[in-house]
Amino acid sequence: MLIKTINAILTVLAGVGAALVLYWVLNKLVELLPGKWEDRVKPYFYIAPAFAAIALYLIYPAIQTVVYSFANADSTAWVGLKNYSALLGSHSFRQTLFNTVLWIVVVPAATIILGLAIAVLADRLKPGSEKLAKTTIFLPMAISAVGAGTIWRFIYATNPPNEPQLGLQNAIVTGLGHDPVNWLQLNTLHFNSFELMVILLWAQVGFAMVLLSAAIKGVPTETLEAARIDGASELQIFGRVIVPQIWGTVITVFITVTIGVMKIFDIVYVMTNGNFNTNVVGVEFFNQLFTNFNNGYAAAIVVMLMLAVLPIMIYQVRHFRADEAVR
Amino acid sequence: MATVTFDEATRLYPGAERPAVDKLNIDIEDGEFLVLVGPSGCGKSTSLRMLAGLEEVTDGAIRIGDRDVTNLAPKDRDIAMVFQNYALYPHMTVADNMGFALKIAGESKDKIREKVAEAAKILDLEDYLERKPKALSGGQRQRVAMGRAIVRSPQVFLMDEPLSNLDAKLRVQTRSQIAALQRRLGVTTVYVTHDQVEAMTMGDRVAVLKDGLLQQVDSPRTMYDHPNNVFVAGFIGSPAMNLLQVDVEGNAMHFGGAELPIPRETAEEAGKGGRKITVGVRPEDMDIVGEGQGLKTTINLVEELGADAYIYGSAQIDGKDHDVIARVDGRRPPMKGEDVWFAPQQGHVHLFSTTTGERLPT
Ligand SMILES: Nc1ncnc2c1ncn2[C@@H]1O[C@H](COP(=O)(O)OP(=O)(O)OP(=O)(O)O)[C@@H](O)[C@H]1O
Ligand SMILES: [Mg+2]
Repeated sequence: MLIKTINAILTVLAGVGAALVLYWVLNKLVELLPGKWEDRVKPYFYIAPAFAAIALYLIYPAIQTVVYSFANADSTAWVGLKNYSALLGSHSFRQTLFNTVLWIVVVPAATIILGLAIAVLADRLKPGSEKLAKTTIFLPMAISAVGAGTIWRFIYATNPPNEPQLGLQNAIVTGLGHDPVNWLQLNTLHFNSFELMVILLWAQVGFAMVLLSAAIKGVPTETLEAARIDGASELQIFGRVIVPQIWGTVITVFITVTIGVMKIFDIVYVMTNGNFNTNVVGVEFFNQLFTNFNNGYAAAIVVMLMLAVLPIMIYQVRHFRADEAVR
Repeated sequence: MATVTFDEATRLYPGAERPAVDKLNIDIEDGEFLVLVGPSGCGKSTSLRMLAGLEEVTDGAIRIGDRDVTNLAPKDRDIAMVFQNYALYPHMTVADNMGFALKIAGESKDKIREKVAEAAKILDLEDYLERKPKALSGGQRQRVAMGRAIVRSPQVFLMDEPLSNLDAKLRVQTRSQIAALQRRLGVTTVYVTHDQVEAMTMGDRVAVLKDGLLQQVDSPRTMYDHPNNVFVAGFIGSPAMNLLQVDVEGNAMHFGGAELPIPRETAEEAGKGGRKITVGVRPEDMDIVGEGQGLKTTINLVEELGADAYIYGSAQIDGKDHDVIARVDGRRPPMKGEDVWFAPQQGHVHLFSTTTGERLPT
């Protein structure tokens, strides 16, 4: 333990030291240039190391992935668009895509709605109770997906009909005199997918709530009073005065959650491993790469995911800029 | 349009020891411009917000016309309010800000546009209708806030220090504009300010509050000439009235070397307060008299304003220094450091009880 700690400290020191030395050397180099050039070139020299690191760890692998997506399973031969056509042609992958879309449609919107509802309701509590309620609701954020999976297994667990039911939901169902239901295998109308979504909602509504609540508290009280005098009902005040004023936060939360949901992996992997028609793109990628050892398919999946995320990211950046401009 | 009545209206904040507004009684006439004035924290905003329905009335009643609105929601009171910081909706254009109430009321788009255009014309905002509040100057924002109130054609306008965020010059200008606009529209208006000059220049009547208690409601003239108590006397008027505690002997009081007669009943009242009386003299009613014939004052500062000059000095009464302010002829004012003697002009003396602070007959 001690050795590990010392190692960690040494690593940090060495890393920071190396960075300092690097920048010192770069600085000396630039200073060799004649005055005017020094000023012009300096920023580029300073950005260069960071840019190089990003290029090495982000851009290079991204390009590599795109390249692999046109190659076969062990990346030894070109196969053109075959990976893509095979994936998109397969019924199971189309199901996987559909499930992912379902997550994207449901979870971000539900997160915003629940987050807003909780933020507004908590706002009406006394300060002490508000703090307690918010802390409690925020708490699941601190639990890893695996931990969350373990907890929710207890809720969805199923025992044979004659045995006592360990799962909360089945305890209720059998308590009402029905047979126990195998929840995670119940895929009528994608019911089990929705149950997995509930776990993610449970885990991240607190995050949305905290940001939205801060935004709501930032709305000037006078504008609410003005609206009240202007004759607006509480609902109209919420819809026409509060929400427009916190719209920037709503969009930010929505996009953050959307990107997270597109990459959703852990909850599904832990709970069902994509079985019973709950598969999503993130899990499929993992299984192609580490179970089927198919680099080509895995890369193609990631590229498709990347293409899907890109427009959202671009929108987000634009939105941020527009927001800044207004401010 | 309507009358407004505060009937023993009281607001006690939860946990507070005494009411922020205590048994307020004011009858405001139809079309009247009433100004609520008083020092910070005296309950002006609270009174206004009680009338608006934003603050609960814990006791008593408030009526608009003959409707008891004590327990009605703001939207059912037919009032419009201008807030100190304007409270414009930042996400709406000027036109939408002004038209919001009409939109909520379900007016047609054409009607809204027409009314907004009309208000914009009155307030000279026609060029800004499509802008957001952020892109406006303070004065323009203030006018938008006014416009938002006007388009509703409410029974009562409420304004809470609408000019306090403007610079001095614009404030004076807007002051007269608001007063003129109110006279033109003839809408009953309750206006809150802590600035007594604003109160005196704008109001048909002025109500002075202190610590949640109404001190006096009167026309500016009456308020100036007949303050009901020491507080009003000192609060209304700029520079403030000289208020000095002097000795009473028989039916006369000592004003420095001068002996001024006072009514017998007043002298009797003063007898109860240790033979002392508070005498109030406005700066313009202080006359310079011959040596020894009045209150000896050492001049600390002379403020020359052209026609007039204000003298700031100190006088000794019972061994203690008191500030004295006097307005004198600007052409030959006394010099700094000089000693002069002041006596009040005949008939321009205010007398107050030293114990209760109430006005006594002169
Ligand atoms: N929400 C509140 N809770 C408790 N006390 C309050 C609250 N709002 C105001 N008060 C108290 O009520 C009194 C009157 O406040 P109010 O805002 O009416 O003063 P004001 O005359 O408008 O003063 P100012 O000129 O500073 O605006 C003050 O003593 C204030 O501390
Ligand atoms: Mg106030």
